[in-house]
Amino acid sequence: MKENLLNKVWNLHKVAELDSGTDQLFIGLHLIHEVTSPQAFAMIRERNLPVLFPERTFATVDHIVPTDDQSRPFKDELAEKMMEALEKNTREYGIRFFDLTTEHQGIVHIVGPELGLTQPGMTIACGDSHTSTHGAFGAIAFGIGTSQIRDILASQTMSIQKPKVRKIEMTGKLPDHVYAKDIILKIIHDLGVNGGLGYAYEYGGDAAAKLSMEERMTICNMSIEGGARVGYFNPDQKTFDYLKGRKFAPEGAAFDNAVSFWKSIASDVDAEYEDTYHLDISHLKPMVTWGINPGQSCSIDETLPLLKSLPEEERETAVKAYSHMGFNEGDPILGKKIQTAFIGSCTNGRISDLRIAAAIVKGKTISSTVRGLVVPGSKSVARQAEAEGLDRIFTEAGFSWRKAGCSMCLAMNADKLRGNEISASSSNRNFIGRQGSPTGRTLLMSPAMVAAAALKGYVTEITL
Amino acid sequence: MKLLKKSIITGTGIPVRGNDIDTDRIIPARFMKVVTFDGLGAYAFYDARFDEKGNPTDHPFNNPVYKNAEILIVNKNFGCGSSREHAPQSLARWGIKGIIGESFAEIFAGNCTAMGIPAVTTDEKSTAELMDLVTNNPDLALTINIEIPEIRIGDKTFPCTIPPSKQAALLNGTWDSTEILLKNKEQILKTAARLPYMGGFSS
Ligand code: SF4
Repeated sequence: MKENLLNKVWNLHKVAELDSGTDQLFIGLHLIHEVTSPQAFAMIRERNLPVLFPERTFATVDHIVPTDDQSRPFKDELAEKMMEALEKNTREYGIRFFDLTTEHQGIVHIVGPELGLTQPGMTIACGDSHTSTHGAFGAIAFGIGTSQIRDILASQTMSIQKPKVRKIEMTGKLPDHVYAKDIILKIIHDLGVNGGLGYAYEYGGDAAAKLSMEERMTICNMSIEGGARVGYFNPDQKTFDYLKGRKFAPEGAAFDNAVSFWKSIASDVDAEYEDTYHLDISHLKPMVTWGINPGQSCSIDETLPLLKSLPEEERETAVKAYSHMGFNEGDPILGKKIQTAFIGSCTNGRISDLRIAAAIVKGKTISSTVRGLVVPGSKSVARQAEAEGLDRIFTEAGFSWRKAGCSMCLAMNADKLRGNEISASSSNRNFIGRQGSPTGRTLLMSPAMVAAAALKGYVTEITL
Repeated sequence: MKLLKKSIITGTGIPVRGNDIDTDRIIPARFMKVVTFDGLGAYAFYDARFDEKGNPTDHPFNNPVYKNAEILIVNKNFGCGSSREHAPQSLARWGIKGIIGESFAEIFAGNCTAMGIPAVTTDEKSTAELMDLVTNNPDLALTINIEIPEIRIGDKTFPCTIPPSKQAALLNGTWDSTEILLKNKEQILKTAARLPYMGGFSS
């Protein structure tokens, strides 16, 4: 009885050991979207293979959907073509598709949990690196490539190497105006963007237990930005309460059976880990990225690092970052001007994120030099926000209130940065060109910090 | 279906310098609005190859001396970020058959293996030397021997590593995994049957 959750779930789902030395792992839930799946369907079609468990795959559309006019056919012909491909593939193979005509459409990593599809003790895969999000429920969830989507469609299994497990032990109490986003930015800052290569991150400790399900999702979501393909929390009463009553969650006696199973797969108290990293969150401050990867960040009271203060191997990327961002070493991060404010994405596009941001902008107006966008993560988030009047708070403040999708997180639809605009963004990647303009610049931060920056037109402290 | 065993990859090299080159750099998202991988080769490193006005930069992928190169040499954490297989697909369709680097992001390396492209790692010093050798003499043939594993260029050899599972997959020709996985169909069904959620937690 010294097993961690990853080992337990892994063993339960292990089908066989393959000649290559990897494990063949059964995938309990397979999620697909329009961007990475069409080629996988083409491959199984070419080989005349059926989908082995069509009822274990669910589809949604998120990356390419326009967030203003969603009438069909889409104005963007290529987007329309991708949409049609997913419609055809799901129809032909009998896969549930939460398309734009259903009330459930949204970003794949928001839809899974909110429908109760994501459950503890499952293995979950999706052709999308932020699949790590689902680990918030005590599932082992990871992003895969298109060839592996093909494998899962055909066999409901994939070949994968078991990761080592690092425990991220969090203690202390989160200060005011500091959020889950700041915790994960800090972890990536400390452990590095490739510090998690080969690892799964298990988030634990007193502080972890206090986090809400939505906060846990934000943290697991960005595990991959630290190189860890998998991040997870152990399931607890909060997890069970969240799932109860959701569309695909078990009901009645089955729910009780499920809870016993879910409890049984949690890490044992004396479970063993490859290593442990401690983080006291009591003194965290809001974090903002200043560079071109999510590890290049500092807290708001800091100045951008001097090149000579950085470890040798980080200097070259920092030089590149300063040149792309137009920033100088030693600059304060406070006061950096922004032209766009983006609230949304699978990291921070849930209802709790919108409530926090709305509370900050309520009754105020955003700077006349800022274009503000609020993009709910799913239709269900949008409905809830509208029922609470959050949409009006945002529009009265000067934001545009959009329909659900990935939007400016990766700008595969019409929502894009223009020229070298700087965006304060609640999303997860600040890579060069990520938000749709090759010269565009991204500052990652919490939705609260984005809201505050939108009001002032520059990076600033949060005031209510 | 017949699978290709890969043990030796030979070709001329092309260095792309820099750490943490992410998959958004390798292929910008706007070129992913496609339903097949055909033609993606034209967009490899697009935003690094062309400036805002569409003028070509001095990126190695624009340099005619590397036009026929088949082995890409990179630095640390290459292929981080998005899981898009479009990234290795665009490199493959440009002509790349093998990659040498200091380290690779996990999903990217997995995608490469699934496509039969070896991604081998060398230390910082060897990588720098390999890059310099190729820069000074772009016509030199490089060989990645997956079995040993080692890299040979001219009369020099460099040790390299590849995870044993990926090495085995390439050597045995089992990098195209679907068929191999389906061989265990009986165990797949057995595993499914023992998972409590597959039965809706009915007992
Ligand atoms: S919101 Fe961004 S990170 Fe999340 S799935 Fe969409 S594109 Fe990917």
